[in-house]
Amino acid sequence: MSLGSIFLLALLEGLVSASVLALTASGLSLVFGIMRVVNVAHGEFFMLGAVIAWFVSHWVGGPPAVAFVLALGVAPLVVGGIAALADTLVLKRLNYEPEATIVATIGLLYILQQGALSLFGPNALPVPAPFDLRLQLIGFGYSGYKLAVIAAAVVILLSLWLILTHTRIGLVMRATQIDRNTARAFGINVDRVYAMVFAMGAGLAAIAAVLIVPIQQAHYLMGADPLLLSFSVVIIGGLGSLRGTVVAALLIGMVDQVIPIFLPVVLPDYGAYFTPTLAKILATLVVALVLVFRPQGLFGKRHA
Amino acid sequence: MRDMKAFFLHLAVLAALLAALPLLSAYHVTNVAKIMVLAVYAMGYNIAFGYTGLLSLGHALFFAAGLYAAGMGISQFGLGSAGALVAGPVAGGLIAAAVGLLALRTAGVAFMIVTLMFAQAGYLTVLYFVRYTRGDEGIVLDRAARMLGGVDLSGDTPRYLLAFALFAVALLVNLALVRSPFGRVMIAMRENEARSRMLGYNPYTVKLTALVVSGVYAGAAGAAYAVLFGYVGASLASVQYSILPLLYVLLGGAGTVLGPLLGALLMFYLIDYASSATSAYQFIVGAVLVVLVLFAPKGILGTLRERGLRWLP
Amino acid sequence: MAAVILEARGLTRHFGGLKAVDRVDFDLAAGEIHALIGPNGAGKTTFVSLLSGRIEAGAGRILFEGRDITRLPAHARVRRGIAYTFQITQIYAALSVYDNVALAAQSHGSHPLKPAAMEALDRVGLTDRAGQIAGTLSYGHQRLLEVAMGLALKPRLLILDEPTQGLSQGEIEVFNGIVQSVVPAATVLLIEHNMDVVMELAQRITVLNFGEVLATGTPAEIRANPAVQAAYLGA
Repeated sequence: MSLGSIFLLALLEGLVSASVLALTASGLSLVFGIMRVVNVAHGEFFMLGAVIAWFVSHWVGGPPAVAFVLALGVAPLVVGGIAALADTLVLKRLNYEPEATIVATIGLLYILQQGALSLFGPNALPVPAPFDLRLQLIGFGYSGYKLAVIAAAVVILLSLWLILTHTRIGLVMRATQIDRNTARAFGINVDRVYAMVFAMGAGLAAIAAVLIVPIQQAHYLMGADPLLLSFSVVIIGGLGSLRGTVVAALLIGMVDQVIPIFLPVVLPDYGAYFTPTLAKILATLVVALVLVFRPQGLFGKRHA
Repeated sequence: MRDMKAFFLHLAVLAALLAALPLLSAYHVTNVAKIMVLAVYAMGYNIAFGYTGLLSLGHALFFAAGLYAAGMGISQFGLGSAGALVAGPVAGGLIAAAVGLLALRTAGVAFMIVTLMFAQAGYLTVLYFVRYTRGDEGIVLDRAARMLGGVDLSGDTPRYLLAFALFAVALLVNLALVRSPFGRVMIAMRENEARSRMLGYNPYTVKLTALVVSGVYAGAAGAAYAVLFGYVGASLASVQYSILPLLYVLLGGAGTVLGPLLGALLMFYLIDYASSATSAYQFIVGAVLVVLVLFAPKGILGTLRERGLRWLP
Repeated sequence: MAAVILEARGLTRHFGGLKAVDRVDFDLAAGEIHALIGPNGAGKTTFVSLLSGRIEAGAGRILFEGRDITRLPAHARVRRGIAYTFQITQIYAALSVYDNVALAAQSHGSHPLKPAAMEALDRVGLTDRAGQIAGTLSYGHQRLLEVAMGLALKPRLLILDEPTQGLSQGEIEVFNGIVQSVVPAATVLLIEHNMDVVMELAQRITVLNFGEVLATGTPAEIRANPAVQAAYLGA
């Protein structure tokens, strides 16, 4: 394969992972932006989405495409329902006090993870892709499904943006974000808005998981990586900013995929040392330092 | 008078732990020894979280610093058990100082995430240097290396006694610390940072000091874990081990000296019992966390203190 | 005039377009009781926050006992002897009254601690409440505790931000006695709305208006000042 082909391949792989990450992280960002809640269980909502996709594809016969489309609808609804329940039963009662909320979502993480393990077992669960298409690109064949993932993510993120900026629901959500007491005074049912936002955030993670699961398989421990990556994205992009989130997801998703593919080509001698683990260590430290020295994110503006 | 009452209560708890040794079966001797080591870890966590108000999600890093300083000190650098038990708290304190210097520039939720990230980087570092740490598989210290003054620490009774000695020292130091003027300042920082600054206290140095003390405790517990139980593995550096002391402290009562022991004891046996009955022990951990923050955010001893036992330190 | 303990030159702080404090020159004589008055929003609290270091100055400088403290953080200024009591009571509600005062006394380095703390409580008349949880005190007693914390710091300069707000007449008389006992060993800067208190306590008064010094002088001079009258009547 030529260097150009390798580069294109790395770019495409980076875009796929960036798209899924952008969806997942925008869910986390939405919840943080509007509710000021740091949801540590976000990765488990992602995992649940994937497991539900497997469940649907396993129990619904017929062509994979039917089950997949069904999963794309069912997974976010079920996961969103669980999230809304968790919000109403737990987070609301804590009055969204930041530290108590984080502890509670840690508890939720354990409960959901154990629930998935108990119901679906410890094995990786494969889900067939809705269609099987290989596109011949310059020098290599590439999965048409992966390109569809990118397209789907773009469509969903655009819809999300339209909902937030051009609909009544979006207006209500933004009003609640600015001042929940004033919003309440104007007759907005803040409790319902919060439950809906929390459900939407979880639903976005679930959709992202359904999209990725034909590539990655479902597993009860799969939530940890998307959680940490989403944290990183939201921190780098500026807490609560959707645009920053998408930009940061592109950056991190690309770096995440391009470096492991490219580095052995560019620096063959260092391949043994520069492993994905080292890359993760450095990335984690960078994110922590961004939060220490630039809490508004790399793209955000400092608030007064 | 109040001070004496509290002092005697703590002495009585220590006496009970010592008196329990001949009464317990070998299985429970091992368990309680482990609980005492974990309680030291939780006591350290409590100094940061319960007394100073620093909610860290990265204490596994300090525990692991002590664990690996002791474990690798023994396996790679020929350190004796005594040396390992000194190296642990030193390593825990140093790492806590390094983390604190940076992380304490933030507060609240950002502090939680920064500490979580640093601990994650530490965990990954253990995995990266798999040639020396043996990663997930871990280092198993052989019995010959776990001798102290001619006593084999892998035996049930010596192990229990050393864990007890460490716990007793940690408990009494903890008691003295929270009764000291500095202990009062730690609590003041938790209660109202802005006010404390206007009384002349530098929040940064107070919190950094508390975090270092906390790290020394965690490091000592990690070293004791390595020496007493002979296993040093990456899972002990994972995020679960950052959540564990939080769980113990919340259950027993944040900001109480005996809370960490009570929380560790109850939680350990709850999980022990649950995992014999079902495989779903994680469910218990999650449920306990949620129930505690919802219904008993002050934990057992914190609630008792509110309901009349005001002298409880 | 006695030696100057604190001087501010060109002290400025703007919030966006609002000139909260604008090029203020200000001298405080050692051992005096100096009142700071002015209509609401005149910049009084911002001004003393600049002196105590709770807010950073935009421009200008502050000398305390001859040394430049403009860039010193708040806690370091407290260690130099500038104590500040909050306008909105900021005691440690969950701690005992004794612990509240002890925190102040030990910050000053008082040794032994207990007599120093008890002395401060004694001066405000809260001795027999030492064991009580501070949050359960009446409002007036909380204000007095706040003052006791200021006293326990053994400050060179005590800044009191509206200390008599919400106090009963009897409590105000106790309070006046306390403030008078502080000088001339230390200096007092007092923000106060209650003109009776100001006229009884202050040796000198500075009037702020729109972030600027309108007038400085003795109570009699201030009372006779037409600009001050205009500002108050206009406000």
